[in-house]
Amino acid sequence: MRKITGNKLLVRALKEEGVDTIFGYPGACTIDISDELYKQDDIRVILPRHEQALVHEADAYARTTGKAGVCLVTSGPGATNLVTGLATANYDSVPLVCFTGQVAKNLIGNDAFQEVDIVGITRSITKYGVTVRNREDLGRIIKEAFYIARTGRPGPVLIDLPKDVMGELGSPDYPDTVNIRGYKPNTSVHMGQLKRALKMLKKAKKPLFLAGGGVNIARANKIFTEVVNKTNVPVVTTIMGRGAVPTNHPLFIGNLGMHGQYAANMAVEECDLLFSIGTRFNDRITGKLHAFAPNAQIVHIDIDTASISRNIHVHVPIVADALEAVTKMNEYVESCETDEWLARIRAWKEEHPLTMKNYTHMTPMDIIEEMNRQFDDAIIATDVGQHQMFVTQYAEITEKKQLVTSGGLGTMGYGFPAAIGAKLGNPDKTVIAISGDGGMQMNIQEFATAVLEELPLILCVFNNEYLGMVRQWQKLFYGKRYGMTNMRSGAMYRRTNGEQMPEYTPDFVRLAESYGAKGIRVTKKEEIAAAFESAKAETKVPTLIEFIIDPEDLVYPMIQPGGTLEDMIMDC
Amino acid sequence: MDNSMKKRWISLYVENQVGVLSKISGLFSAKSYNLDSLTVGTTEDPTISRMTIATVSDDETFEQIKKQLNRMIEVIKVIDFTDIFVRMKEILYVKVFHCTPAAKVEVFQIAETFKAKVIDYGRDSVLVEFVQTATKNDAVVKLMKEEFKSIEVVRGGSVGIESISMMER
Repeated sequence: MRKITGNKLLVRALKEEGVDTIFGYPGACTIDISDELYKQDDIRVILPRHEQALVHEADAYARTTGKAGVCLVTSGPGATNLVTGLATANYDSVPLVCFTGQVAKNLIGNDAFQEVDIVGITRSITKYGVTVRNREDLGRIIKEAFYIARTGRPGPVLIDLPKDVMGELGSPDYPDTVNIRGYKPNTSVHMGQLKRALKMLKKAKKPLFLAGGGVNIARANKIFTEVVNKTNVPVVTTIMGRGAVPTNHPLFIGNLGMHGQYAANMAVEECDLLFSIGTRFNDRITGKLHAFAPNAQIVHIDIDTASISRNIHVHVPIVADALEAVTKMNEYVESCETDEWLARIRAWKEEHPLTMKNYTHMTPMDIIEEMNRQFDDAIIATDVGQHQMFVTQYAEITEKKQLVTSGGLGTMGYGFPAAIGAKLGNPDKTVIAISGDGGMQMNIQEFATAVLEELPLILCVFNNEYLGMVRQWQKLFYGKRYGMTNMRSGAMYRRTNGEQMPEYTPDFVRLAESYGAKGIRVTKKEEIAAAFESAKAETKVPTLIEFIIDPEDLVYPMIQPGGTLEDMIMDC
Repeated sequence: MDNSMKKRWISLYVENQVGVLSKISGLFSAKSYNLDSLTVGTTEDPTISRMTIATVSDDETFEQIKKQLNRMIEVIKVIDFTDIFVRMKEILYVKVFHCTPAAKVEVFQIAETFKAKVIDYGRDSVLVEFVQTATKNDAVVKLMKEEFKSIEVVRGGSVGIESISMMER
């Protein structure tokens, strides 16, 4: 048997796992791995401009392809720059396998140059993390890492690779089976429980489906839509669940929660059976807990036992993968008598429709609706803030569309790199990023990656010169004291007591152009369509469209944090 | 559901690997669970360690703790000791300083009463070893603090194992 180095085995393992793209940034502790990757052509290596963007790119690649995203970064700062991205992926259940370089074993603990305890640092934000201490364990650990990342409730796994272990010679074999005694993900559905739940569904007068991100992750959308069609039961979704049924489906009411549709939140309040799949009842959707779905029996299907009955009390818990569960449901469900209930929901929709049509200036709704008109086969990535909420309210997510957003952690700076990762994984799809002017600047360096990889992304920046979502809270709850949210404030603003401010920095159009990308500024409704048309015509370079938005446009409706439906603010 | 705070016990089988103890204790601090006592040692299989954990919590939190422990990759098995017969003991050392002759006699009497062992002895100090339930050790510590001016206490934390017969503690 010819022995090979750990570095060689790593590359071999990646190939056996079917990895076609990795996101890497080099350094002293991983230079040997870079060298092995240089010698081969099967795996494409992407070089982002910052490790935080790198992990977001791998994350969106994973979300939009269903494969595990793979990261390779060096020790110390390379590794610590992953932290935000790991937490983002962990919260949204995204399969990632991240390799971090580490100093040689004899230096660990010595405060060596670029040494950090990255496994310790990331312990609470990864599904699993481990340092490879023996060369003979390397193959098994990589195999287990991919298995753990992809199965059960998916999540990020971190493998720390000391430089000396990777240089050691050892077996060239990569195992093809996994057996982890403490990890046996659930693969079946408890039929007794499921039938009990379906009986309750049939009996209910006001049944309601609540679909979370789990439905999308399990790629159960199609079958779930069939179940919805058969039962005639209306659906609300979380923002991560958007697209569980096409948003133009007649039984889709809207998103629930803090910025959910009035009708969706009213339906949750009034329903007598809340049949929920793949959601963890996060505080942003429940508001005040005792007032959430007060009249309902609650069924909860989730792959993660720890998500069930944690935040709200569940009457029928079912531990299962959403696809498994929905497939079984599809065999047994019957049509439910819901006409009266649907009429009531329709009335709520008419009472308080979701719209910004009463404004004469260009609104986020105008932009997103034009996007809906022009693109029917697209991936839409967002950043975090007001624009994200507008997208989750107005963007149509139909069969050929996918929404990619940091729903759990709410990571600013996610949107742009996410669009890059999505496009690398889906070269034939249109990929649109929607960001605010704040979030866009958190990973703006990725223009270089996008331009060099020749990605014709459409990057929409909703520029309202403020960190808008925080400003919205300041406007509504803090007496319009806009502390720390004005993106033009600085020395001049302080010197003149807010009388004078400089022009907005950066000039997004010229910034895009400096990278060799295209830049368009849109200030009026009439220019929106042409800007999208012009972006669509590009095949090799990204187009940034800066939309000048009125900072007074707030996201409505809004339920105050920790509030109830009675506190819902419909408009100012 | 019982919403009152009670002391509860869990026994865990975990992989005997670097960082597992830190991961388990990190879970308790990250999620703000009470961690009253935690002991760990290897089992007859050197790749597996066993932990005995005591926590003060209500029913709902305790359910979450068990679920969160169960979903950890390195946790092989979680056993709830709340409603099963177990044998459980804790070791407690108490050193009493500045003893008068009368005080020494009292230490010996206490040791005898609690079936403890006097294991070391100096000119004016005594060291006693108690092996009994943690609750009894609590009582001993309280008593010794009241009786003597200067004592030093070290406790091992409970270790527990399921009974063979239907016997408790």
